[in-house]
Amino acid sequence: MEDVLKIGGKEIKSRFFVGTGKFPDKAVVRDVLEASAAEVVTVAVRRVDPDSSDENILDHIPERCVLMTNTSGARDAAEAVRIARLAKAAGCGDWIKIEVINDNKYLLPDNKETIKAIEILAEEGFTVLPYMNPDLVDARRMVDAGAAAVMPLGSPIGSNRGFRTEEIVRIMVDEIKVPVIVDAGIGAPSEAARCMEIGADAVLVNTALSAAADPVKMAEAFSKAVEAGRSAYLAGIPERIEEASASSPLTGFLR
Amino acid sequence: MDTGFYKAYKKYDNASRAIFENIRPRDVARAISSRRLSTKDLVALLSTDAEPHLEEMARKARDITLRNFGKAVQLYTPLYVSNYCSNECVYCGFNSSGDVERKTLSLDEVREEAEFIASTGLKHVLLLTGGCRVEASVSYLKDCVKVLKEYFSSVSIEIYALEEDEYTALIDEGVDGLTIYQETYDEEVYGKVHLSGRKRDFRFRLDAPERAGIRGMRTINLGVLLGLAHWRRDVFMLALHAEYMQDKFPSAEISVSVPRIKPNAEGFAPKYAVTDANVVQMVLALRLFLPRLGVTLSTREDADFRENMLPLGITRMSAGSTTAVGGHTAADSNAAQFEISDKRDVREIMDMLSSKGYQPVLKDWVG
Repeated sequence: MEDVLKIGGKEIKSRFFVGTGKFPDKAVVRDVLEASAAEVVTVAVRRVDPDSSDENILDHIPERCVLMTNTSGARDAAEAVRIARLAKAAGCGDWIKIEVINDNKYLLPDNKETIKAIEILAEEGFTVLPYMNPDLVDARRMVDAGAAAVMPLGSPIGSNRGFRTEEIVRIMVDEIKVPVIVDAGIGAPSEAARCMEIGADAVLVNTALSAAADPVKMAEAFSKAVEAGRSAYLAGIPERIEEASASSPLTGFLR
Repeated sequence: MDTGFYKAYKKYDNASRAIFENIRPRDVARAISSRRLSTKDLVALLSTDAEPHLEEMARKARDITLRNFGKAVQLYTPLYVSNYCSNECVYCGFNSSGDVERKTLSLDEVREEAEFIASTGLKHVLLLTGGCRVEASVSYLKDCVKVLKEYFSSVSIEIYALEEDEYTALIDEGVDGLTIYQETYDEEVYGKVHLSGRKRDFRFRLDAPERAGIRGMRTINLGVLLGLAHWRRDVFMLALHAEYMQDKFPSAEISVSVPRIKPNAEGFAPKYAVTDANVVQMVLALRLFLPRLGVTLSTREDADFRENMLPLGITRMSAGSTTAVGGHTAADSNAAQFEISDKRDVREIMDMLSSKGYQPVLKDWVG
């Protein structure tokens, strides 16, 4: 059986999602998407200018990709809702990554406001993917509110500090019924592979690509790592054995 | 009563002379290797002891900037709508005692300027006036903002300091950004260079960014005018002010500018020289101290210097600038507030950024 990720009625083959905000040149985004075969790409509505006669970021996104606009810049639920509606009106589709950030120092998301925005946007028919601080209870609330997936952070945006929230994300993976996508902070392909090994459904990366000397090559590397991690998860990684088997069996007395 | 930032300001005002003297070379090394910098680390990076370490600081600053902001630089242009002024700031071309031709744009003229700027593709505009509350009243500015919002996603203001309710009035019309320079944080020098007018009130100006923050201003840009006082102490206070604003308003984007005084019609000569290396050092220190801080570089600096500064922490630049009222469309340009060094238009700045591996961001908000 083919291993596909289903979100909002769409079937997605590549579990490597790409962010576009930090690239030097919009055309690089196309090369990155080609090299990695990524199918889901996120673009900040705040950066999209439908009036512009200049090249638009949207022109560089291949047909096969699913455009997931994001509400970057929103400080509360009301702003996120407004931005999402603008995106839809501008013909950007109905996949929306909700990003509500009230903290410009660390760019950590505001789960409470995010939940409010999910309620409204899911009701309006959006496919809602919330960026969130990893938390099981909040993730459940998000699902109840209508989230099509949840996107916990691996570590703060742009930090490249890796998959530091593994313990909590692992619990979310076990308990949450919608896809769990690790978003933000992943700095190296090995870390992306780790996310996938523990059962995350996908990984979203931007800074690790844009800050690399060769973003296209790095995108390829991430794509392979995500695939490898996924295969390992499906193959079933044996539980780590912490010590050698005891020489005298603990249940030997039963014989 | 000392409240707000003034309280923190007072604490350091007297001490700031002494703390620079207590820096040792090892303090600089520690500051550069710290993950989270203390106030003492900031002092170390602004001290003369840090001067031999600029390259090391630059490497770190570049990495931090790249991670936090990527290879993207946001562009905007200033739009002067009035140069009437009731303040006597000795360094300014619009000084009330100056003999320059005065003008306030009609709303039709504002629209002409807006149309021209919008045709360059820019979506961020900075609305500027002199310090005259009568000629460029809040109600006139509200009307200007109404016009500008038809053309731009983001309208910021750089005008005289307002009361809280006045900030709300402009925010309600669609203003999302405030730029206000303290000019100098040296209260004594401040009194000497602001001879008369409402701007003489140091505290009223110092608290203006906070008043705007309380009313929900999205982006707030602070600044000092380099050359009026000792730059190390001024930038130290600027950094503390920015930190104070970041802490108090976590949802606002705080940024700073560190322009050097340029000659104007008054022929004012800055008292303190600030070299290129000094500007580099302060931008690096600001970046290391506040990794998420926006840093704006205006066209007061020349083209070469602006390009070289790009990777060191710059996040926002002006383009196609004019400091004359109606200067974007007027055939015979009237008096300029100060001289522009980098005269390139928006297209040229965009091409320059692209050639340097940076994405010019013309639109970064959905207002």
